[in-house]
Amino acid sequence: MHQISVAQLAKGLRDKQFSSTELTRHFLDRIASLDSRYNSYITVSESAAMAAAEAADRQLAAGDAAALTGIPIAHKDIFCTDGLRTSCGSRMLDNFVPPYDATVIQRFKRDGAVLLGKTNMDEFAMGSSNESSFYGPATNPWDRERVPGGSSGGSAAAVAARLAPAATGTDTGGSIRQPAAFCGITGLKPTYGRVSRLGMIAFASSLDQAGPMARSAQDCALLLNTMAGHDPLDSTSAAVATEDYTAALDNSLEGLRIGLPREYFGEGLDAATGAAVDAALKELTAQGARLVEISLPHSHLTVPAYYVIAPAEASTNLSRFDGVRYGHRCEDPVDLHDLYTRTREEGFGDEVKRRILVGTYALSAGYYDAYYKKAQQVRRLIKQDFLDCFEQVDVIAGPTTPGPAFRLGEKSDDPIAMYLEDVYTLAVNLAGLPGMSVPAGFVRGTPVGLQLIGRHFDESRLLNIAHRYQQVTDWHVQEPPEIAEGAA
Amino acid sequence: MAIEQDEIEKIAELARIRIDADHIGDVTRRITDILHMVDQLQAADTRDVEPMANPLDATQPLRADEVTESNRREAFQAIAPAVENGLYLVPKVIE
Amino acid sequence: MQWETVIGLEVHLQLATRSKIFSGSPTTFGAEPNTQASAVDLAMPGMLPVLNEQAVRYAVMFGLGIGAEIGKRSIFDRKNYFYPDLPKGYQISQFQDPIVGRGRFEVQLEDGSTREIGITRAHLEEDAGKSLHEDFHGMSGIDLNRAGTPLLEIVTEPDLRSAAEAVAYLKALHSLVTYLGISDGNMAEGSMRCDINISLRPSGSEAYGTRAEIKNVNSFRFVEKAIRHEVERQADILEDGGTVAQETRLYDADLDETRPMRSKEVANDYRYFPEPDLLPVVIADDYIEAIRESLPELPTDKRHRFMEQYGLSAYDANVLSDTRPLADYFEAVVAGCGDAKIAANWVQVELLGQLNRNELDIEHSPVSADALGGLIVRILDNSISGKIAKQVFEAMWQGEGSADEVIEAKGLKQVSDSGALETMVDEVIANNSAQVEQYLAADEARRKKLVGFFVGQVMKLSKGQANPQMVNELLAKKLV
Repeated sequence: MHQISVAQLAKGLRDKQFSSTELTRHFLDRIASLDSRYNSYITVSESAAMAAAEAADRQLAAGDAAALTGIPIAHKDIFCTDGLRTSCGSRMLDNFVPPYDATVIQRFKRDGAVLLGKTNMDEFAMGSSNESSFYGPATNPWDRERVPGGSSGGSAAAVAARLAPAATGTDTGGSIRQPAAFCGITGLKPTYGRVSRLGMIAFASSLDQAGPMARSAQDCALLLNTMAGHDPLDSTSAAVATEDYTAALDNSLEGLRIGLPREYFGEGLDAATGAAVDAALKELTAQGARLVEISLPHSHLTVPAYYVIAPAEASTNLSRFDGVRYGHRCEDPVDLHDLYTRTREEGFGDEVKRRILVGTYALSAGYYDAYYKKAQQVRRLIKQDFLDCFEQVDVIAGPTTPGPAFRLGEKSDDPIAMYLEDVYTLAVNLAGLPGMSVPAGFVRGTPVGLQLIGRHFDESRLLNIAHRYQQVTDWHVQEPPEIAEGAA
Repeated sequence: MAIEQDEIEKIAELARIRIDADHIGDVTRRITDILHMVDQLQAADTRDVEPMANPLDATQPLRADEVTESNRREAFQAIAPAVENGLYLVPKVIE
Repeated sequence: MQWETVIGLEVHLQLATRSKIFSGSPTTFGAEPNTQASAVDLAMPGMLPVLNEQAVRYAVMFGLGIGAEIGKRSIFDRKNYFYPDLPKGYQISQFQDPIVGRGRFEVQLEDGSTREIGITRAHLEEDAGKSLHEDFHGMSGIDLNRAGTPLLEIVTEPDLRSAAEAVAYLKALHSLVTYLGISDGNMAEGSMRCDINISLRPSGSEAYGTRAEIKNVNSFRFVEKAIRHEVERQADILEDGGTVAQETRLYDADLDETRPMRSKEVANDYRYFPEPDLLPVVIADDYIEAIRESLPELPTDKRHRFMEQYGLSAYDANVLSDTRPLADYFEAVVAGCGDAKIAANWVQVELLGQLNRNELDIEHSPVSADALGGLIVRILDNSISGKIAKQVFEAMWQGEGSADEVIEAKGLKQVSDSGALETMVDEVIANNSAQVEQYLAADEARRKKLVGFFVGQVMKLSKGQANPQMVNELLAKKLV
């Protein structure tokens, strides 16, 4: 049951090949026996999952099942879950059990999905390797010496290790796409505002976006159908009509214009990764797509602009963690100042503190214009680059990452090297565009991804291209060797 | 832009994060590196470019003035570190 | 040296919305602690603000009320600082692009003269919670019910020159916002709180002196006292050749003094930046025009109209236009009796006097405007004298019925029947021959004084109901 897609599971449940109780039990058992290797879950919700599965079985029996009724889903531990610990990968929230559900969680519940558990992540989603998690890093199922990527590393590892049929993630600068690429799964970051941010613990409000992480584009489309939609309780949620994201999956690629940004294929790109991307593009041209060389001239400013804007927003988003109303509080504070400074010293890890300090600095008197305002101006230039390109092309493609997954510890001591891992993914967030990573082969035994970038609200086209590609390739159905062996 | 250790101390105070004396040098170095990387921005020509705070050119939706929330104090305070008589407790506030 | 006082005020006005500015929590005053604090107000992780339309509408109403430019595209910013009554660690406020721009405001002073006060700006923001300092084992208690209540912060230019001007401005502002119905203006409940910026400069000097800011003063009386004290304190320092420190001070009403605020000693860097959880607030022209159409007559306009239409003095017009219910009441009395002067007099003296003594507001007056008009009609048609009218009013206040019912029931109708009056006059003349002789012997000037005795006797005989004018005429005829 863990080898088949969400679409197939939904059919199996309806055809009574297995029950949701059996399916859920199966995944819970796999997690119990295998996740010590991957550390992909922070919290497993066994009893609630089984209860939800039983309820789903009753609904299935009654014939009033919704799209995802009975399908177990893992959620990144950044989505608040009513009655279930939501840590955001931080000591600060190690004891935090929210009395409410995020809108994303509510939507999955509405559509009948079973919540398996909460997946590991970089602390407050700040990281590209999962190593900043308070709960220790998740590992890459293709090579446990390597990182699964981040910040949604736990979700990617869980899906890759077949410990969940699909999962949710969030992406502020590549946090869905990069781990999807590293773990050989399919991940979609929708247009900013497509999925509600309510109840999703904020990292950088103007960049954060939730999306699906699954084995295939088709599964991503199924999950996006549940996740997408306007939320009146999120002011930045887009009041743009949603569509059935599975409807266009099979559309022809004939005449599709794919833009290849010169800047994404130059220096810094691992040759083998580049070759895998080139091969993937060939598959698309074989289906009638046309490649167009384009330029995103402000690409070199993406990393600096991002590392002002994201820390600036984060520095104040994280001010609410003060030890007063929830979460960690230091022992016996002597005064108010001590309560704040010690609670935050103890509750936050190094990378989070670093970003808070950088962001505080960028917003502080005398530096605002040079840093924050400047970055916001550059942000507009970066967005304009994309809009200009979309005059000529329908979609933009390139590598998701400069190379395959790196080794645990390899970059954890070098923030800047870590930041450069996201060089191809950050711009999409700055511009608010939808972006996707699709498994595109292997480099020295670990997966790499093809990144697709679309116009605002053009998720259907990305899913369409990815799906057509997955009809003629099998990268996305390959299992990590130790998982495949375990299954055999 | 180079940043001095005392500036880091000021920033840490603004952010209410205690930094151990043993760590402050290391923290300063790393933040200097990050700011150095970020300084590439200064070379960009941004004359007449309107800062962009949000990726979509959307405007603020307005909510009708209706009471939609009911009292959930018990649930909220069940997860609070220190409460008494319905109040959150903090070390004495001096005005 | 002669010092000139320079004052600018920042008023934090709670807007009278049902729900909070960014959440659906109620804004009712006085609820049990933290029972009106929702997940948004408590800054629970993942919670997001959504702007209340009514708060925007009220801000626009205020802007139009002072003739200000309305910010067609206004931006919310985060003002960052740590304080336990500020759950997010930032206040959502407006910094660069407020919803209300420059405006002007006419204020009438005690002496009837008027002053134009410049309004720099007014912006929307959220209120903070409250720290309760009664001792919880050396801890403070935090109540976040107030957190998220909409505030309009109204900032003046440094145009005020005395405590009296400051109070006059605040009273006029209070009048305006309650007219507009955008705030209940209840100062005791903190609906209108004032920060006062004060500096002194040598008279005739253009440059401003160093200012001190007095935070959170919440009554007209305290504003006046706080300013007087602060002016004295600064004058003492300057006279001694010292310099005034730029600082934030608190007014302590119990000790009647200002003192520096300890918590604000460290210079804050608020790191304002556009709130990324909210988008630009764009206000369409037709939205503004629809609000403009629906605005009530404002106090300044009403005051001018009362002077022109009813011939009232500036003072009377100011008092009677102070609140909308009072002005409406006054106009209803005028409509009922047809004499604005007498109506103004009765409303100000008898009615407001009784209301004040009984701590009632005009809306709870036991005597309606129609009833008071009916009473004045009886004065005007000579049914009763002004003196008897006060007695009738007293009875009406006690709920004994309309003016006519009271007059009827108590038999207070003025005696204007010349036959009956003549009988009484004759009786008085007959019973007081000594005084009559004295009167007849006196010269013209003295006679004017002595006639009062006879009038008094007749009034006594008539139990006050005799028409005094007719009595005078009869006496003049008979005492010859």
